[in-house]
Amino acid sequence: MRFLLRALLAVGLPVVLVAAWWFGSAGSQDFYWPSLSTIVDAFGRTWTGAMFTEQVFPSLWRLLVGYLLAVVVGVALGVLIGTFRSVRSLLEPVLEFLRAFPPPVLVPAAILLSGIGDRTKILVIVFGCVWPVLLNTIEGVRGRDEVLSDTCRTYRVTGLLRLRHLVLRAASPQIVTGARQALPLAIILMVISEMMAANEGLGFTVLQFQRGFQIPEMWSGVLLLGVIGIVLSLLFRVAERSLLGWYHGQRAGQREW
Amino acid sequence: MLEVRNLHKVYDGHGRRVTAVGDLTFTVPEGQFACVVGPSGCGKTTLLRVLAGLLPATSGEVSVRGTPVTAPPKDLAVVFQEYGRSLFPWLRVRANVELPLKAAGMGRAERRKLADEALAAVGLSDVDNAYPWQLSGGMQQRVAIARAIAYQPKVLLMDEPFAAVDAQTRADLEDLIRAVWQRLGVTLLFVTHDIDEAVYLGQRVIVLSASPTTVAEDLAIDLPATRDQLTTRSDARFTELRGQVYARIQKVKAPASEGAPA
Ligand SMILES: Nc1ncnc2c1ncn2[C@@H]1O[C@H](COP(=O)(O)OP(=O)(O)O)[C@@H](O)[C@H]1O
Ligand SMILES: [Mg+2]
Repeated sequence: MRFLLRALLAVGLPVVLVAAWWFGSAGSQDFYWPSLSTIVDAFGRTWTGAMFTEQVFPSLWRLLVGYLLAVVVGVALGVLIGTFRSVRSLLEPVLEFLRAFPPPVLVPAAILLSGIGDRTKILVIVFGCVWPVLLNTIEGVRGRDEVLSDTCRTYRVTGLLRLRHLVLRAASPQIVTGARQALPLAIILMVISEMMAANEGLGFTVLQFQRGFQIPEMWSGVLLLGVIGIVLSLLFRVAERSLLGWYHGQRAGQREW
Repeated sequence: MLEVRNLHKVYDGHGRRVTAVGDLTFTVPEGQFACVVGPSGCGKTTLLRVLAGLLPATSGEVSVRGTPVTAPPKDLAVVFQEYGRSLFPWLRVRANVELPLKAAGMGRAERRKLADEALAAVGLSDVDNAYPWQLSGGMQQRVAIARAIAYQPKVLLMDEPFAAVDAQTRADLEDLIRAVWQRLGVTLLFVTHDIDEAVYLGQRVIVLSASPTTVAEDLAIDLPATRDQLTTRSDARFTELRGQVYARIQKVKAPASEGAPA
């Protein structure tokens, strides 16, 4: 019963909003604001078959590669910086400087240096997404409970075993927080990099539709981006649940006391 | 064997100097069960951390089984005062117990066997699949003890392990520790602030003074080796010994409280 109520609450507002859009826009004659039914109609026509494999799939691929690379690089750097004070004092000023750049600014320069291929776009995604992962990882590594570190020292848990069972696991709640913050950034940067420098991809296609006055198609692309965002964040939630089961269980237990 | 010679420890940092241990000297022979009692804040945890190689001494020497301590010694296990925080919350009970064995390069079958035995010894065979935070404080403490047992140490250090568990659990754990000590033949240094507990458990009680810490009394406990919560605690000799320790502690407290503001 409570589950049903919660499900209703969660789905309720989106349903109302979509319904409002659907009925509010029904029979719209405005060229730039077509009705939702027109958009949905365009969606079905536009994003299937070759369009999906040639425009959507490469975008998703770059998104995935860029995002995962950012997480790996962010965690690796974060563990190094969080563990060794010398690395921290060495890298911190440089990182502060680099972090100040808004990633889209780098797109033109990146194009000059490495063209408009996948590499440029993936680099832009990595560059934008690495920061939240990096900063949160550092915090997680540094904030580790000392009793656990002492336990590892006493029982001679060292090397890779220590990295896996102590360093990464202890920082994992923060790492996940950083990765969650990076996810929408990755989508934004994927679209932006494709709008600025591409001859294929989702962002590029949406822009082409807009320039070609294919307005329903353009809106359907926007809709698709929204759906991608929702699906990815749901996938993220599933991954988080299995990764951080212990963390949420522990916190739920503490709240009961 | 544990040797502590003129141990002196000063914490110095954040503009504050705290002398945690003044001048400590004592030796615990191989296989002895020694209890250390002292008022809160007298440096018991500090002493243990220096012995465990987790903290450098400011001056003086500490050696474990003949080797000066510069890093965590081999064959030494610690049950920490914050036992709950010393268990890995992301590992199940069995994995917590097995991790040090894995680090030692032990094979899966042998790890399993040792962990099973250790968990059985502390009466936790049925929760090996639980996470530590799903257990009560007393059970968590027993997991920490099981981990130490499975490690098969030659020296075991325990820091106020029963301070936070209820009376019944505490009595059970005390007997458990006696049994473990008798079975493994480890050298056991047991820190507590509870005089009764120290006298009941140990072959010897080392009483520490308040800061600056020194050994105020070093008392052999000549109670029979088989101890029992009921008979031992009502034994006349037990009462006498705990009276001696208590009187000694009152005496070492007195000079400190004279100077303190009321
Ligand atoms: N990391 C530390 N930094 C500074 N002072 C400390 C630190 N740890 C303990 N102390 C101080 O050292 C003294 C002894 O502490 P501790 O060894 O924990 O005593 P006990 O375990 O007997 O209660 C206390 O006055 C405490 O405040
Ligand atoms: Mg203490």
